[in-house]
Amino acid sequence: MSLSTEHEYLLEVEGLGVSFDGFKAVDDFNFYMSRDQVHVIIGPNGAGKTTVLDLICGRTQATSGSIRFNGKEIRGKKAHRIVRMGVGRKFQNPSIYEGLTVLENLELSHPKGRGVFSCLTFRRTEEIQKRIESVAEEIGLSDLLDTESSILSHGQKQWLEIGMLLMQDSDLVMLDEPVAGMSVRERAETAKLIKKISANRSIVIIEHDMEFVKQIADRVTVMHLGKVLAEGSMESVQNNPKVIEVYIGH
Amino acid sequence: MFKTLFKNKTEWTGFVVMVVVLAVVLPLLLPIFRLNLVGKYLTYAFVAVGLVLLWGRCGVLSLGQGVFFGLGGYCMAMFLKLEASDPVSTSIQSTPGIPDFMDWNQLTELPSFWVPFQSFPFAMLAVIVVPTLVAFCIGWALFLRRVGGVYFAIITQALALILSLGIDGNQGLTGGRNGITDLRTLLGWDIRSTSAQYILYFVNLLLLFSCVVVSKYVINTRMGRVLVAIRDREDRVRFSGYNVAVMRAFTFALAAMFSGIGGAMFVLQVGFMSPSLVGIVPSIEMVIFCAVGGRLSVIGAVYGSLIVNFGKTAFSEASPETWLYLMGGTFIAVVMFFPNGLAGVVERIYKSSRLNNMLVGLPKVGRYFKQVSGTSDVSLKNSSTEAGK
Repeated sequence: MSLSTEHEYLLEVEGLGVSFDGFKAVDDFNFYMSRDQVHVIIGPNGAGKTTVLDLICGRTQATSGSIRFNGKEIRGKKAHRIVRMGVGRKFQNPSIYEGLTVLENLELSHPKGRGVFSCLTFRRTEEIQKRIESVAEEIGLSDLLDTESSILSHGQKQWLEIGMLLMQDSDLVMLDEPVAGMSVRERAETAKLIKKISANRSIVIIEHDMEFVKQIADRVTVMHLGKVLAEGSMESVQNNPKVIEVYIGH
Repeated sequence: MFKTLFKNKTEWTGFVVMVVVLAVVLPLLLPIFRLNLVGKYLTYAFVAVGLVLLWGRCGVLSLGQGVFFGLGGYCMAMFLKLEASDPVSTSIQSTPGIPDFMDWNQLTELPSFWVPFQSFPFAMLAVIVVPTLVAFCIGWALFLRRVGGVYFAIITQALALILSLGIDGNQGLTGGRNGITDLRTLLGWDIRSTSAQYILYFVNLLLLFSCVVVSKYVINTRMGRVLVAIRDREDRVRFSGYNVAVMRAFTFALAAMFSGIGGAMFVLQVGFMSPSLVGIVPSIEMVIFCAVGGRLSVIGAVYGSLIVNFGKTAFSEASPETWLYLMGGTFIAVVMFFPNGLAGVVERIYKSSRLNNMLVGLPKVGRYFKQVSGTSDVSLKNSSTEAGK
């Protein structure tokens, strides 16, 4: 990442807040994300984890605070602009284009051809074909390129959606419960995949599965009632009495 | 290029059959009066083809396509009316040289917005640009605010009402309820003669086929897949980095452009334009043409426009009191039992194993039919790689 010398953090979130009809779902939330790291956000149900992702990617508009990505303020920008700047978002339920093949899902995520006219003149060049194949290999779907994605297994759909974010050239990948509903073997595969792709990009993950978090997290943030309760390594967080009280203790 | 237009042999065959039916069979079979009627029906097909893109592919139902049909039609009619209102033939008016309805309404000079329509190139450009631009601006404003679904349908329907009432209420400027009538010549060429009606029929066909080809191109490029993706998973498309509002506004504008061309060709072939072709009822009828033909199929929409209009004529001749109910019943039946219209029915017949088995004996043809059964028109699946081989 060429910009790494300019800005210490890839993502800086300061004083972020949003209220829905007076209810503060996220309140004075601070979050700093280093480059090439896997940062996991945990917390009890209703802590505001998914809302934080929604705020960062522009799905929900924040009522206060700032979000800087690569040193640039992205709060208030439109969702597709934030995506084009390099923020990718995976939703909790696999959301892929079911009617399309695996290959076409990946192709549609390629940054070329996002405008009206580039879309009309888009051709699958050698270069794009190679890129699709390499991403497919990374997510383990090489043999299924021409398969209609609706018939993939749940785990494969999750991987395909991660692959779509890789196609987008995202510097920051945000995953909302990527292993929910996965088998033990699929979880292990996913952990490996996340480790692999974090080599040259940052990843924010929301997760409940503590075993999984232990495997992948470089850093953990614990959220409670819309605020940061604790932050640090998995070990330090696990031994934090406040965290034990609200979350891990029971 | 060819592969982008026609995914497989069947699509190509469908297109060729349509061209042969409309350009060879009907002109040979029908007397000019009936052929002119077909030409009129086919001007609605422009709107229906646009609706396939907008409604079938992109999932945006507009109940106001009559607005754009009308805008294109009025641009053409204004030019023709000015040509018909030369000072010599209007010498009995108190102000010669202006359209007759203006004279009746005590206007003494041409309103300023009519003046540029004396120029033929301007009028032709306006036929294309006015509906497209109006649609793009309205679409942009609405889609940016994420107005969609039923709300979009209601707003477009309101637009149709506003425009038809606006034309109705300004008789001196627009010809009012009677519309713009008594159109005779285009650059001195009598458009009411039999030879002109033949020529206009074929010009109309050529333009319609061009719109069909453009639609097929859009559908079979990445754009077509993005449109269906927007229809099925709007939120995901936004997070794939697309500006959904722009994509929709583009489709709306393209559909409006087709409608405008259709309106202009209507005026040339039928010889008048009136607010009754702009309002809510015609706008909804146009959606029916599209639904009956099959809202996913461009070629289906062309047949839909023809069949429903012939049905309308037949029903109204056979049973003047109840024909509207018969029409409505047909529409409801089609939507309930054949959600993909006639095109869907044809596809289902192809798909049925009986036909497939029958065709096994004819290896080559059989293969094409099997390809159809493998690739439903509904899905986004692109089989061009296979079919190309």
